[in-house]
Formats: sequence, structure tokens, C-alpha cells
Amino acid sequence: MTGIHFVLNGAAVTVTGQPPTRTLLDWLREDRGLKGTKEGCNEGDCGACTVMVSDERGSRAVNACILFLPQLHGKVVHTVEGLKGQHPVQAAMVAEHGSQCGFCTPGFIMSMATGHLNGITDHDTHLAGNLCRCTGYAPIVRAAESAAGQPVPEWFKAEASALPAAPAPEGVALPRSSNELAAWYTAHPDGRLIAGATDVGLWVTKQLRDLGPVAFLAGVEDMRGIEVTEDAIHIGAVTTIAELLPAIAPHHPGFAAMLRRYGSAQVREAATIGGNIANGSPIGDSPPALITLGATLYLRKGDERRAIPLEDFFLDYGKQDRGPGEFVEAVSIPRQPDRLKCYKISKRFDQDISALLGCFNVTVEGGTVRAARIAYGGMAGIPKRAASVEAALIERPWTEATVQAALPAFARDFTPMSDMRASAEYRLEAAQNLLLRYFLEDQGLATNVLEVSA
Amino acid sequence: MSVHKPLPHDAAPLHVTGEARYVDDIPTPAGTLHLAFGLSTVAHGEITAMDLSAVRAAPGVVAVLTGDDIGHADCSPSNNDEPLLALGTVHYVGHPVFLVIADSHLNARKAARLGKISYAEKPAILTVDQALAANSRFEEAPRIWARGNLPDAFAKAATVIEGRLEMGGQEHFYLEGQAALVQPQEGGDMHVTSSTQHPTEIQHKVAHALHLPMHAVRVETRRMGGGFGGKESQGNHLAVACALAARLTGKPCKMRYDRDDDMVVTGKRHDFRIDYKVGVDAEGRLLAVDFIHYTRAGWSMDLTLPVADRAMLHADNAYWLPNIRIESHRLRTNMCSATAYRGFGGPQGMLGIERVMDHVASTLGKDPLEVRKVNFYRASTPAKTGPGTGKRFSAEHSPKTAVAPGVQTTPYGQQVEDFILHELVAQLEKSSDYAARKARIAEWNAANPVLKKGIALTPVKFGISFTLTHLNQAGALVHVYQDGSIHLNHGGTEMGQGLFQKVAQVAASAFGVPLEAVKITATDTAKVPNTSATAASSGSDLNGMAVKAACDTIRDRIAEHLAERHQTTADQVTFAEGRVSVGGSDMTFAEAAMSAYTARVSLSSTGYYATPELAWDRIAGQGRPFYYFAYGAACAEVVIDTLTGENRILRVDILHDAGASLNPALDKGQVEGGFVQGAGWLTTEELVWDDKGRLRTHAPSTYKIPACGDRPRVFNVDLWVGANPEDTIHKSKAVGEPPFMHGIAVLMALSDAVAACGDGSSYVNLDAPATAERILAAVRRQRGGYV
Repeated sequence: MTGIHFVLNGAAVTVTGQPPTRTLLDWLREDRGLKGTKEGCNEGDCGACTVMVSDERGSRAVNACILFLPQLHGKVVHTVEGLKGQHPVQAAMVAEHGSQCGFCTPGFIMSMATGHLNGITDHDTHLAGNLCRCTGYAPIVRAAESAAGQPVPEWFKAEASALPAAPAPEGVALPRSSNELAAWYTAHPDGRLIAGATDVGLWVTKQLRDLGPVAFLAGVEDMRGIEVTEDAIHIGAVTTIAELLPAIAPHHPGFAAMLRRYGSAQVREAATIGGNIANGSPIGDSPPALITLGATLYLRKGDERRAIPLEDFFLDYGKQDRGPGEFVEAVSIPRQPDRLKCYKISKRFDQDISALLGCFNVTVEGGTVRAARIAYGGMAGIPKRAASVEAALIERPWTEATVQAALPAFARDFTPMSDMRASAEYRLEAAQNLLLRYFLEDQGLATNVLEVSA
Repeated sequence: MSVHKPLPHDAAPLHVTGEARYVDDIPTPAGTLHLAFGLSTVAHGEITAMDLSAVRAAPGVVAVLTGDDIGHADCSPSNNDEPLLALGTVHYVGHPVFLVIADSHLNARKAARLGKISYAEKPAILTVDQALAANSRFEEAPRIWARGNLPDAFAKAATVIEGRLEMGGQEHFYLEGQAALVQPQEGGDMHVTSSTQHPTEIQHKVAHALHLPMHAVRVETRRMGGGFGGKESQGNHLAVACALAARLTGKPCKMRYDRDDDMVVTGKRHDFRIDYKVGVDAEGRLLAVDFIHYTRAGWSMDLTLPVADRAMLHADNAYWLPNIRIESHRLRTNMCSATAYRGFGGPQGMLGIERVMDHVASTLGKDPLEVRKVNFYRASTPAKTGPGTGKRFSAEHSPKTAVAPGVQTTPYGQQVEDFILHELVAQLEKSSDYAARKARIAEWNAANPVLKKGIALTPVKFGISFTLTHLNQAGALVHVYQDGSIHLNHGGTEMGQGLFQKVAQVAASAFGVPLEAVKITATDTAKVPNTSATAASSGSDLNGMAVKAACDTIRDRIAEHLAERHQTTADQVTFAEGRVSVGGSDMTFAEAAMSAYTARVSLSSTGYYATPELAWDRIAGQGRPFYYFAYGAACAEVVIDTLTGENRILRVDILHDAGASLNPALDKGQVEGGFVQGAGWLTTEELVWDDKGRLRTHAPSTYKIPACGDRPRVFNVDLWVGANPEDTIHKSKAVGEPPFMHGIAVLMALSDAVAACGDGSSYVNLDAPATAERILAAVRRQRGGYV
């Protein structure tokens, strides 16, 4: 690999001679001697390694431990050392007693500086990806609130927007278009596509796997973005969850509310919708919602394209309808009146993997159920529709009696497993109760603990 | 005086800039080697064959060591039962079997996975019931403490209640994992940098493993990225491994656990099962209490005995229990060896009696707070001190033996004579508006079929001192340089709690100088020897006093020198605001120091402190293990979803007793952070082992400590205004562990919310951690559903 160009703390750097799966964290600490960025978990769950990455699309906080060096090509990186002790969030954290042991602090500082730059005031959501074991978070949030009133330093703004010249590097695949990607993947059908690396990163840092030939997708601009037409909402595969969230909110606020709990801010800024689908996980959070909305998946291999219902993509645990050299190009949702609710159940509200996720899209006309699409994650080896439950609702009056009568159908649709997140019994019972919740919420009852105050 | 001021953590400016150095951040010499363990994949078995050829052939590997190579290099803090590497038998999944020494951290990790080890598996003891059936335990039999007449008391009781509480353990999840760096010195000496709460133990273990006298091993610890008890004994293995490797290779050696290894290899909080049978009168007074504690200690003894003792010592929490029996089983299981964790058994013991209070209130149809209050120890005012009272300061000339009239005693016979919970709880009831909110919650619950709220107010009384009495000592070393700057060193370690700042405040106050004149330095076994672990909340109590003694010695020398110069007495010399005044003359502290130096007065001193009045018998469970008690109370309000068990902490009010706080800002930080950690223990932090003894929750992806949004939306924390009646450092109280137990209020509030789903005819029986799954099951039981 030669010539990955980016700017680090205001100075241009060119990285050569590194394996393409060298993480930014290891490179910062071991090669650059920048020890402020910490390793807390090496899997993107604690935020101690948070850095700020900026490009044409703005600045975002990301986890350096699962960020590979080629993903930085053409971008600007700030680590805690790059704030020079001159950023208002640093003074605020001292004044508000926001650090105790101090190990998580540089990561918090970088998340806070990024949030401060972007004018974010929902600190609980923005800081959910930074774990602190000492303070109980209260003083950290006080610090974020106190810094919010102070201006972003001009030098910091200027540095974040000064992008480097970045001629195409050699020895590493960074396709700039879907055509380039299609050509590379046809030539390397055993290759590995890396978009946000929020999952693949762990294959490297935890499983210590050699990934073989890899291509990095972040630069495939024609596969990024959301287009809303009269008929459909079209989402490019490399659209990040962070980009999808505000775009989908006006159409399906329930989808957006669930995405707010997808990973953490750092994960949502890196993870892509295409990656979340293509990796085929039974506990990926976007597929059940998309299936419930009747989404279509667009696949491409070389110049051949095909479109399939998303639910047909997931064949079995670890098995998808995707051939060698074929990749997810986009997903689209038909425009429809919003009836979607997504209920994510996990041990912790924020930044947790779902024990189960239920998504509901039930159309009621004149008190009768006319259509029902219901899908779950975490209940089977794949994201899966509750076909028997749907059948038990359709053309019946939208009443609690109908819902109660449909509950036994869950056992026909799902045989969930027990694991460290939940038992099979809990999954089944909660899955049933989520349908009840959907009905009761529809009747105007208070069902959301997140909306209750003391 | 800089004591009592709310100053920031001394290292805060270094934390926020990333300058603060942890072990893995220290620049190392070229050629430094890196270590990783190969781990057992079975819970119990004999090693029948070990093929490490692929490990040795892996890129970057310098050497590979097994138990056969090093013998019994012991890492146990207690019992000499923890060889660094398994010797023929593995005792848990994650047991270190071989040690890889390689040229990089990554190469060491990669190579460590290439070992091919064959085992003759043996039955693994994983549960309480399996351990009891096999009589697999530490100590020959359960420890039993008792007082009063239990059969008579049960016979007199209006109601007898029985139950069982299961509570999980807890992973420390210090953000900085375990780490050590050993640099070999001339003549075979070793310099160790360790992320440890106990440098002297590291020194002792390294010296033992290398067959060196302790003087040949020097251990330094500037700071830890969190400890919480998890670095009291669990760092021994890394330091010993690095020392052995450094001797073998002659190179500096560093070891840090990857997070998954850290969680699999190292010990955690002890989980407990508590069976209880209690007899109460009509008002809910506990006439008879019979507890049986069972804890899974894991494969080695580690600190289990004092942890289980402390659970027994907190079985009373804040309550007068005239007739009580406590039986404690310390069970040996094929799991990682449970270890110290903030509270050290205290939270587990305390949760037992708080569960009893909740159960009694449910059975009698009373407000749990009323039941708690009728059982409180009698209020008592500490005896007056001073001239004419027969006491010097607050301490009697001879140890207390007779019980003062009107003073109640704990089950282990210690007088409770500083009990402030009547007033403290009354103040919290008022400030939290407990009664009115409880009434409003009942109305809210009546109007909401799906969501239910709950509220609870629980007290804390926590005993302060190491229960291994000889550990209650500390040393300090203070130098004053001729420019008036001060070098401060003591035996305590900094893990985020702010100990160094508090102690620096003590030093600055002693000399009447600004805090900037005091340099805080790394804990170093070459400066202060024979230190105790920074544990048991004792850091500032012990080291603060030792530092004060050292500073006072030097200050008195300066005063005597100046008094002689100015033809007056030393008590006429004052030190304040950076200046020294004597006989109408006034000079800077630096001038005073220079004057003393040129007059050949020593400006360096050690200081030493041993906690007075402690004496007890742990076998009999009798005596005074604690110098004093720290108090507090918390009121928590929660909401649950009866369809899923999901829940939120809506509001928490805490009033906590830190005595005359040395630093109210740092103490408030301990209270806030301790509460959230305690609430995490009892809600989302679930350790799951499978039936093969494999820990399934070994990373933050599966083990969920509280995140930012989990802290209470409304979070009011105040410090109780009052001085410690005992003669502690500037009348402050220890604050590291006690606030952790305020998390109990959350579990009790969840219990209250679940109870709102039923008709009061059955008790909620909510075990911990109260995950959504456990809450949903409890709701179902209340609603008469299937069990």
C-alpha cells in the first residue's frame, strides 16, 4: 500500500508500507507516539479511541480502533493532541470535574469537540458511545452544556475544513464509482468489501483474521445518498446510518427513533445501510424495518443488475442470496402512509445489540386490518416476517381481542434461541407483547418509558 | 487552608489533553518485548499434551514458557494457590496455560491462539448447588456468627417470613485494562511499572517469583485508568510474567490484556445467594434474623475470606438486630477467582437485609421506609471529647470494652455511637418530597395500565477500616526543598478517586502554602515501603494522616528554628497563605525553608499513621473491626414497561455523609459515580456463564455498564453537613465505597413498580441484576401468570 494521504492535527501525512487493515489507533499509538488516544475495548464499544474525521460531508466522531488507514484517504483527522489544550470543552471538563481516572476522557473530549462543532445539544445521544466507569456521566454532561455557549475556535473550524490533495494511492483498492467497484469485485470475487468496518473491523482486531484482498467503499460516491421520488425512497448502499436517520425521519419517524439507538454516534457515522444488510446478521437493526416497509434490494455483479424483495435476500443463518462478485448497490422503500413502529429490546437502551427487534406496519381501514407486514430481528437465524401472525390479523377488526387471538401464532413463526442477551422464553413473550404495544400505542396509551418523567 | 475546598482533580488538565500517562503510554526502550497468555478452553481438566510448535514458529515470537519451565511462581494475594501458569491442571476457562514473549503486542496475541492443548476433562463445579453437593469450599466449614436467642425470638414473632435472593457478580470494567512494564536493571534488579492498587504486593510477588529480596524490586504507579478493587490483586500475574520474561531475555517486557482476555482471566465481584428467615412483630421490627450466605468464589482463594466476612459485617446495614445468625459459605468453583470490588462484600450483605425490609413491608402492607425506620439503630450522640471528659480527642485512653448505656451494638458487638441516619433520612425525605411523590405515583399507576412507576428510599451504613487489622497503617515521605517547593509521596495509589489531590491539600494546609507548591509524585515502593492496598475506602484516611504527620514534623522543625532565631517559642510561628510569621517578622515560606536549610535543619521527613482502637476476632465475629461508620441515603424513582420489562431511572436524590469533606467536589464525584456503578450492578450488568463454564459476556458488546443516558434524568446529590466525631484527617470520612450502595434504592424502586402490577398478595421477589427479562418475569408472577 502506498500513499494514503490525510491531514493529522493540522499537518499533512502520507502513509506508506502499511497493511490495509492497520487500524488508525495502532498507527497513532505505535508509529506516531500519539498516546492520548486510548484503547479501551478494541471493538468500537467504549469510545476511548474516539477521534474526529472531517471531509466534504462535515466532521464526525469515529472509533479509531476499528478504522483502517485507507478509510482516511483525503480526509482530516484530529486526535486529542490536536486540540492543543485550547478547546472550550477541555476547560469545561476540568471546571465541571468531568474526569476522574481520565482514561476515557480523551475519547469524551473528541466526541464533545465534534458535537460542539456540529451544534449538537442532545448530549445523551451524542455521548452514548463513550463509556465512563467513574463519574456516572453527570459532570460530563454538565461540561458539555457549559461549553455549548462558547464559540468554536476559528483555527479548529479552519483545520477541519482544509482537505488535503489526495491522488489515488497504489496497492489499495479505493474505488471511486460503482463501476470501478463492480470491475474490482469481478476481478476479485473472493475479495472483501469494507464500508464502515464497524463489523469487519472486529474480524481483524478480535478474530485476528487476515481478510485477503479488500476494497474500501467510502469513496463510491454514486452509491451514497437518499433520493425521495413520488414512488420510492431510494437509499444508496454506502449511505451511513447517520445520514439515513434525518432523511427518513419525516417519512417514518418510528424508523428514525430506532436508528437513534443503532450503535452509537461513532458507529452510526461509519456504518452503512448496505453493510448492515449485506453482512446478513440476524440481529442487524435496519433489515426488519425495511422488510416491514416492503423494501426492494438492488444487487449488482459486473454490469448485471437485479432487484429482489429484501426479505428474499436472507436465506438462512449466514447465507444470503448473493453470488461471488455480487454486491448490494442500493435499497428502496415504496412511498406509503406511515404506520411503522420499530421496537428495539436490548439490555441497555443505548449502544447495545438487540435481543430482539420488532417492526410493525399494519394498515387499518374502517376498523379492519387491511394489510399487515410484521418482521423481527433476533427471533430466527435471519431477519424474518411473522407470516402467521400477519395472517391472523388481516381482515379482522383492529381490536385487542384480535391481537390476543393472534399471539399464539408467534410460536408458529418463531423458535428463538437463548443466549447471553435473552432467553428463548423472554424473546417469544416480549415479541408477542410488542404486538400488543403496537396496538395499545395506536389506541393512545402511554407505552414508552423513554417518554416518562418523574 | 486548601482542605475542604472543591478543587479539581490534580491531573484533570492532563486528562483532557491526553497528556496523562498510563502504563501503556510510557515510552519504552527499543527492543521491548510484549507478552500474551495462552488460555485454557475447558473449565476443569488435566493437561495431557501441549503442542506449542506453531506458537514458537509464529512471526515475532522470542520465547514460550509453560508451567514446567517456571514452576510455582505464585500470584495469590492470600493463599499461595495461584501459580502464574497452570501446573498440570486447569481450573477455569481462561486459566493461563502458557506465556508468549514476542516482538509486538499483536504478534504475541496472534501466537497465543496457536497452542494445541489436550485435556482430560474433569467434572466442573459451576453452581452453588454443585459446590455444596461436592463440599467444595474454602475454609473447613461455613463461618457462623450469632447472637441472642433465635428460637425464642422466632417463637415470639407475630409473622415469620422466608425467602431467597440471588444477586449477580460484576465486572469492574476499568477503562484501562490490566498492564505492567518491567525493565531489568543492573545486578538483576527489576523496575516495575504497574497499573495496580497495591504496589507493595506487586513488589512482593515479583521478588518471590525471582527469588530476590524485596529491596531488589522497585514498583512505581503514577495512576490507573480505574481500579474499583479489580487492581488490588489481579495485576500480580502480569507483573510476575513480565519480570520472569525480563530475566529470561534481558529485555524490557510489557504486558497488557486485550479487553476480552481481561474479562475472561481476571476476577470479578462475588455473586451471592442469600437465604433468609426472619421473625417480625406487628410493626415490622426484626426480632429474629437467620441469614445463609452462599458465594461462588471461583477457583482460588484470592480475597474471598475477607470479602465474605465483610458481607457478614454488613448483614445489619442500619438496623438493630437483637437476635441474629449468619452462616457464610465460601464455595470453590471452576470459574475465574472472584476478587475485590468496591464495597468488598458489603453491598452483597447489605442487599440481603434491604431485601428483607422490602419483603417484610410487602407482607405487612406497610411502606418499606416505615419498616426501615422502626428498625434503625437508636440515635446516639458521640461522647464529648476534650478536657475533663477522660478522653484525649475522641479516643479513649484504653480500648472500649463495656457498652455505654443506651448504645446499641452491631451483631458483631461494635457499638454504634455515631448513628446519624434518623436525621439524615428525615432531611432526605423532605428534600426529595418522598411522601407526596409516593402518593402521586400511586395515582399515576392507577391511570396507566402499561407503564408503572415505583419509588424507594434506602439507607447506607458502611464500616470504615480494613478488616485485616494490620493493614490499617500508612506511610509518607515529604521533602521541602530550599526554594520552598514540596515533594509529596505516600503509599496510596491514584485510580481516579482524587486521593492525590486530597492528600496534597492536606500537605499544603500543613505548611500554609498554595497547592501549586506541592508536587504530587508517583507511588513508589522505594520511597514509602510496606504499604497497604489502596482499598477499603481508606486511602485518604490513612495516607492523609501519614502525610500530615510528616509535614507537621518538618513544619515544627522550621518553627523551632525560627523561634530560636527570633527569641520566641515555636507555637508563636504561624504558617499561612504562603508566608511564615514569627515575632513581628514575616517571610515567604521559601525564605523560611532556605533559612532552615542554611541552619542545617533537616527538611525531609517520613510520616506514619496507624488507625487506633481496632481489635476484633474474625472467627468469633466479635469486636471492633471499624474505626467509624459512613452514612447516607438515596431515594430513587423508576418506571417500568410491563410488556417488556424495560425500565428507566427517572429521579434520584442522595444525601451522603463524607464528614467534613476534604474536597466536596471530588467527594460528590465519588457519590455520583458510585451510585451509577451500583445501579448498573443491580440492573443491566449481567454476567452470563454457559454450562461449560465459559463466560459469554466478555466484552462491552455483551456486558452492559451504564451509558450516558442511563444516569437519572433528575440527579440531586448533596453532602451531609457534619464532622466525623472520630479523629480522622481534618474530621473527614472515607467516601470511595459507601455511595456504591445507594444503587440499592434502584432495585427497591423497581420492586415497588412491579408490586404495582399485583394486589399485594404475593411478594415481588425481584433478583439482581434486574434485567428487563427478570422484571417481565416478576410482572407476570404478580399478575398471576405462569411462572
